[in-house]
Amino acid sequence: MSAAAPPRGARPRLLGRTAVNAVVGLSVLYTLLPVVWLVLAAAKNRDALFRSDLLSLGDFSLADNLSALFAMEEGIYGRWYVNSLLYAVVGAALGSMVSVACGYAFDKYRFRGKEKLFGLVLAGVMVPPTVLALPLYLMASKVGVVNTFWSVFIPVLFNPFGVYLGRVFSQGYVPDEVLEAARVDGAGELTSYFRVALRMLGPGVVTVFLFQLTAIWNNFFLPMVMLSDHSLFPVSLGLYVWNSAAVVTPDYYPVVVTGSLLAVLPLIAAFVLLQRYWKSGLTAGSVK
Amino acid sequence: MSATTVPGTGPDAGAGHGTGAGIRPATVPRERARHTARRRQLGACAALMTPFFVLLVVVFLVPVGGAVWLSFFSDDQPGLGFGPERTVFAGLRSYRAVLSDPTFLAGLGTTALYCLLYLPLMVLLALVLALLLDSGAVRLRRTAQLALFLPHAVPGLIAAVIWLYLYTPGLSPVVELLGKADISIDFLGVHTVLPSIVNIAMWSNLGYNTVIFYAALQAVPRELTEAALVDGAGPVRTALRIKVPLVRASAVMVAMFTLIWSLQLFTEPMLLSQATPIVGSRYTPNMYIYDAAFTRNNYGLAAAASVVLLAVTVALSYGLSRWSNRTGGAARADEEGTR
Repeated sequence: MSAAAPPRGARPRLLGRTAVNAVVGLSVLYTLLPVVWLVLAAAKNRDALFRSDLLSLGDFSLADNLSALFAMEEGIYGRWYVNSLLYAVVGAALGSMVSVACGYAFDKYRFRGKEKLFGLVLAGVMVPPTVLALPLYLMASKVGVVNTFWSVFIPVLFNPFGVYLGRVFSQGYVPDEVLEAARVDGAGELTSYFRVALRMLGPGVVTVFLFQLTAIWNNFFLPMVMLSDHSLFPVSLGLYVWNSAAVVTPDYYPVVVTGSLLAVLPLIAAFVLLQRYWKSGLTAGSVK
Repeated sequence: MSATTVPGTGPDAGAGHGTGAGIRPATVPRERARHTARRRQLGACAALMTPFFVLLVVVFLVPVGGAVWLSFFSDDQPGLGFGPERTVFAGLRSYRAVLSDPTFLAGLGTTALYCLLYLPLMVLLALVLALLLDSGAVRLRRTAQLALFLPHAVPGLIAAVIWLYLYTPGLSPVVELLGKADISIDFLGVHTVLPSIVNIAMWSNLGYNTVIFYAALQAVPRELTEAALVDGAGPVRTALRIKVPLVRASAVMVAMFTLIWSLQLFTEPMLLSQATPIVGSRYTPNMYIYDAAFTRNNYGLAAAASVVLLAVTVALSYGLSRWSNRTGGAARADEEGTR
């Protein structure tokens, strides 16, 4: 392709264009088709699932699968779903507020040892949550909070990457002059954070929220370690248990498939609705 | 991550806060006013930081410290196991047990092999896709990006469920299609199960990393690429000589996070272990830890294995970031200089 550059020969460029589009198109198929399979499979009854003829629309039974899903084991799937929403939505909302407030303070205030303290935050970014799961379990069992809602909810609030992003966003979105003006007007420090700065940080908070929502919704190791009471499970752990049951009882396969589809929907909705936020987050978090 | 500097904020962007203002013949009350202002600011700073640092202590420092502490102890039951359980100091016994346990070492080996397959493939494919998207030749670029990113919204466990079913004969249209073409592959066989796991991780994260590279490529100054084109360099040459060196920092970051996460491999093999005996219950270090704690009820061993994994993770990420800082060249040094 490079040889054809000077006169800009039309045919090689067209060829290159086709090749480029073909490669990207194949990659898109690779990422999309498994999701398409999930959607189609969720609409099939058990026999059609095992015949793997997904494209015959004859036996469309999404409604049956859904009612089977919510009837299985006295409707515990609904419970799992609510749990996941509580852990993820409430946890991410609270966690992102805590992280962004801290990141803002790192940006706007000066005190001795600040960068050392920030180094500790960055160390937290480098340590993935899975490494902490067992140490957390050991501590929680000492305190006696294992197998409670809080044993999963409190650890997922911790989001050092959110502090980092909060600092970056605070540098970018909140001009120091604005705070200075608020001070001259006699506003208290915290008042000007909540009334002035937080409003400017809004998009940043949403970005951190979205990242944390994804992480908590994805969380599997921590609940698996902490919880044994099925009524406290998030969806992922519940589906894992059902999948192991499916090895023995194939009746579980359609429920796992349909349950998986439902569990994917909230994040996809969040990503589509909040598209511009995650893009800005990726940019702030990675470039430079 | 030397990313604490953002364009537009110099080293002293925050100066003139009133805290460190120049020395003027200030009257005593003004001095006192400045003092109270400073104290008020520090109070607010503490109030904003405290919730996060309470969390940091409770769910990060204390558990890690606790695990280190516990790894030096062992539960002994005297009197043929009927006596009351007591915890005795065992020194480095648990560490010796972990590091001489062939199943733990095999798990580390599996992880190393996984990284060897996954890491280069991921960085290369994500970079190539991002360069293609950036080349301007792609139709429906935004749609393509969104489609590539979609698997990131699929939780890891569910990605594993989808692919497990796509690997399972009888359930999978893929296996059936291949069967019609007289190709029979056992995706969960001895030699194929690791590539199958790599594929699941690849599917989940390819789009995410592509978007990261793409965002970095967008920041490459257009004048540079245009100048290269004017000089007669083709698009491929421009991509390799101009664009790739400029997104080095992103590449190192992607590689680093991919590596750190690879060490944590748990969800996918855990699910596959339900379907194939080849994936044992101690297939990866994290599975070993889970098995030690909850199957063997040996908390000392599990704690020691956790500490080993934590140490390896921290050492690798620290080493990688140091290495990338040192070899980063002029662009990197320039960036550091604005600190």
